Amino acid sequence: MPAVTFSPDDRYNAFITTLDQAETGPGRLSGIAVAVKDNISTRGIRTTCASRILDGYIPPYDAHVVTLLRQEGAAIVGKTNMDEFGMGTTTENSAYGPTLNPSDPSRVPGGSSGGSAAAVASGMVRMALGTDTGGSIRCPASFCGIVGLKPTYGRVSRYGLIAYANSLEQIGPMAQNVEDVSLLMEVLSTHDPRDSTSISCPYRHTPDPTVTGLKIGVPEEFFGEGVDPRVAAVVWEAISRLEGEGAEIVTCRMPSMVFALAAYYVTCTSEASSNLARFDGVRYGPPADTKRPWHESFQERRREGFGTEVRRRIMLGTFALSSGYYGKYYAKAQAARQQVRNDFVRLFRTVDVIAGPTMPTVAFRLGEKTDPLSMYLSDILTVPANLAGVPAISVPCGTSEGLPVGLQVMGQWFRDEKVIDVAAAYEQGVSA
Amino acid sequence: MSDTTATQPANIGIATEDEVIIGLEIHCQLDTTTKLFCGCSTDYRDDPPNTHVCPVCLGLPGSLPRVNRKAVEYALRVGKALNCEIATEAEFSRKNYFYPDLDKGFQITQYDKPIAVKGYLDIEGDEGEKRVRITRVHMEEDPGRLVHKGGTDRPKYTLVDYNRAGIPLIEIVTEPDLRSPKEARKFLNKLRATLEYLGVFDSEKEGSLRVDANISIQPKGWFEREGRGKADRGRVEIKNISSYKGVEKALTFEITRQKNLIRRGQKLETATRHFVEGRGVTTSSRSKEMEQDYRYFPEPDLRPVRVRDWAAEIALPELPDARRARFMEQYGCSPNHARTLTGELRLAEFYEKVADIDTMLAATWIADTLLGELNYRDLSIVVVPPEQFREVLILLKEGSITDKSGVEVLRVLLDQLKETGACEGPRVCVDRLGLGVIVAAPTLSGEDPVVKAAKEAIAEQPQAVADYRAGRKEALNFLVGQVMKKTRGCAKPADVNTILTDLLEEG
Repeated sequence: MPAVTFSPDDRYNAFITTLDQAETGPGRLSGIAVAVKDNISTRGIRTTCASRILDGYIPPYDAHVVTLLRQEGAAIVGKTNMDEFGMGTTTENSAYGPTLNPSDPSRVPGGSSGGSAAAVASGMVRMALGTDTGGSIRCPASFCGIVGLKPTYGRVSRYGLIAYANSLEQIGPMAQNVEDVSLLMEVLSTHDPRDSTSISCPYRHTPDPTVTGLKIGVPEEFFGEGVDPRVAAVVWEAISRLEGEGAEIVTCRMPSMVFALAAYYVTCTSEASSNLARFDGVRYGPPADTKRPWHESFQERRREGFGTEVRRRIMLGTFALSSGYYGKYYAKAQAARQQVRNDFVRLFRTVDVIAGPTMPTVAFRLGEKTDPLSMYLSDILTVPANLAGVPAISVPCGTSEGLPVGLQVMGQWFRDEKVIDVAAAYEQGVSA
Repeated sequence: MSDTTATQPANIGIATEDEVIIGLEIHCQLDTTTKLFCGCSTDYRDDPPNTHVCPVCLGLPGSLPRVNRKAVEYALRVGKALNCEIATEAEFSRKNYFYPDLDKGFQITQYDKPIAVKGYLDIEGDEGEKRVRITRVHMEEDPGRLVHKGGTDRPKYTLVDYNRAGIPLIEIVTEPDLRSPKEARKFLNKLRATLEYLGVFDSEKEGSLRVDANISIQPKGWFEREGRGKADRGRVEIKNISSYKGVEKALTFEITRQKNLIRRGQKLETATRHFVEGRGVTTSSRSKEMEQDYRYFPEPDLRPVRVRDWAAEIALPELPDARRARFMEQYGCSPNHARTLTGELRLAEFYEKVADIDTMLAATWIADTLLGELNYRDLSIVVVPPEQFREVLILLKEGSITDKSGVEVLRVLLDQLKETGACEGPRVCVDRLGLGVIVAAPTLSGEDPVVKAAKEAIAEQPQAVADYRAGRKEALNFLVGQVMKKTRGCAKPADVNTILTDLLEEG
């Protein structure tokens, strides 16, 4: 079996695990170095979710997407750093230390797929897999100046993705340009009967950068309070450029944005509190103390094994699902989620895609965000796509303060091809 | 019962003004070939621990459940057979709690959208036909199994076997409609028969059925008036009953315990107790110090299953009541025989394999003799080869053996089956043991063994002979018994009777 030699200078701490010799084979990705986020199961390669609680865990099976990568000859050269279990917006919440932003190492790369974004942005790999629960592909793509796609929910199998929030997350492609993102998406998007939420709707597409007559909706809320005016200006400029290419810009409203963030955090923490219950020291990580009653040993393992942010979210989710609070929180969040979906349905009656900034700001300084709430607020522009399940892409659209800014394009369910086309149109318009 | 009988002697079980209220929750393993959410085999019982496992049933990070459609179909059969309303869409939910046998930290079960609700099952109750209401039927996965090493009281360590994890279960919940341990047992027997007839359950498999029983003693009529909850006397949930007999035992024990508490004027706390099978008692379980909050929410990895239309397409096989009616109609079985014979699927099938010899003879011999002999030896009908039993029936029908010899042959054959799992042919057995019928000669020839035995008996029992001659005809029965003894039961009682009468009249 031929192999790709991989000996990167990982100065940004993008990887948790690297393989100096990675197998490759014939196929559409033959010889291409691909990095895989460390919450995606890889047979025989440790998979940590950047958590101590999974220390020593080596999956006995490949995630569906990893099987697909191998089938197409990709060389899986390493597992990338992330916020523990995907919980974060900076890749600082990692048991393996923070990842740095290649465009400015004093800045965070965004998160939670910060390692994948940094690996691509620094040129260590051509492509990477990220996962996006509330913006975890698009945020680091935006902060690091690369392209990242969160596919329509159900279009990429989650089998083997270590769950954070099952109903929200998707695995998606990250690369330096739209063409590579599209190529990787072709490989990833096949139906998988093992994932009951997987839909048979393969992505087979060559980007078509024509936007003539395309209607782009721009919700006012995406340029509202909390969005850095300098970032807003860069993104407006990008949208105007698309107008110049023949697209029609339609300003619109997305009233559900008011509760989108709350709906998102209630849903993801609730699901996470349940998903992470399996890490009790019986099967993973350093063994539990068998001399003690099991519930005491479980508590201790979980207290020591999880980081602060993960513990916080488990507690939030546990609370939200508790009897007496379920109706107030979880059930309400699902109702709010439906409102978000309704907003998208309504908007897509008149527009083809929706565009705005990916993130309200450029990359934060390392250690800048100490208050969890202000961190959560920075997800406001990315979570609607996850709540609704629609495809969304972030494509670099210039800089502010010398740091990359991302243009976000959201499309209709199962029209990932359209958001790819719009991103390609912007990309080619800029380079032309 | 009239109002004037309010005071009763203290020695009867329950004071007349009180009644026992019992509701059951029954967990049954569905007899599918693969597990509920993965392709692992369910045939794990004789295999080493943790050999029927995969990423899904081990709950490995990243694995996803996928619904076994056969299990859903089985559950739908149960829902239909129990006369339930089938849901339009059934939804799976997560029940979150920590326990070492629970590999995901939650159990996938059904919560507010179970597959079937509001059904009933008719049973033969303490006071005749009774309709027991079914609250709901839902599907869930079995957890793993804990194996305590070094004694159960203070185990040195505990091992986990996940072979059982993910086996499909249905939980059947009844309304508190049962009024005695015996009724509870009857309900379970009927339920088991129904599930077996449906082909979804194998009661022979160890641990395939587990029961939790709710029991309380309430003033008579109180329950009908007030309904559940409110200021009733405490209610006890007995967990962990894993046999049919155990249910009756546990409930009987619990009634005595509660009755004593009530008599002493003590307050009965609503509590959970465990049934200790070996000792036949319930013990207080301290695990419920805190009210568990299972934090149910819809399982996000599974889509709701549309079941109502599906259920409409499922045709049910013949169920116990229908078979019972048919046995009476087609074979002329008595109501009691028909009920017994159809009470277990394998018994009913066994009967139908041999009924052609003589429907009445077969019914009598199976229901009245064979079953008792099997129970005595703790054997199941499945061990009896139908062709051997056919031969016994043929021997009986052609008059080659007497009834008494028939019982003897059965006992010998069953002992052999219990010992070795096989038995000799009935004819071989009859010849070997000389159990063939002794046909008496039409004349009172001294050469005839029966006549000879009769003459001996008359000679040996002058008192009985004198009694007979004095007009006390029952003395004849005694003499018949003597002759039967001498011929080792191989003579036909009718022959003996005639010969004795003739000899006594002659002499």
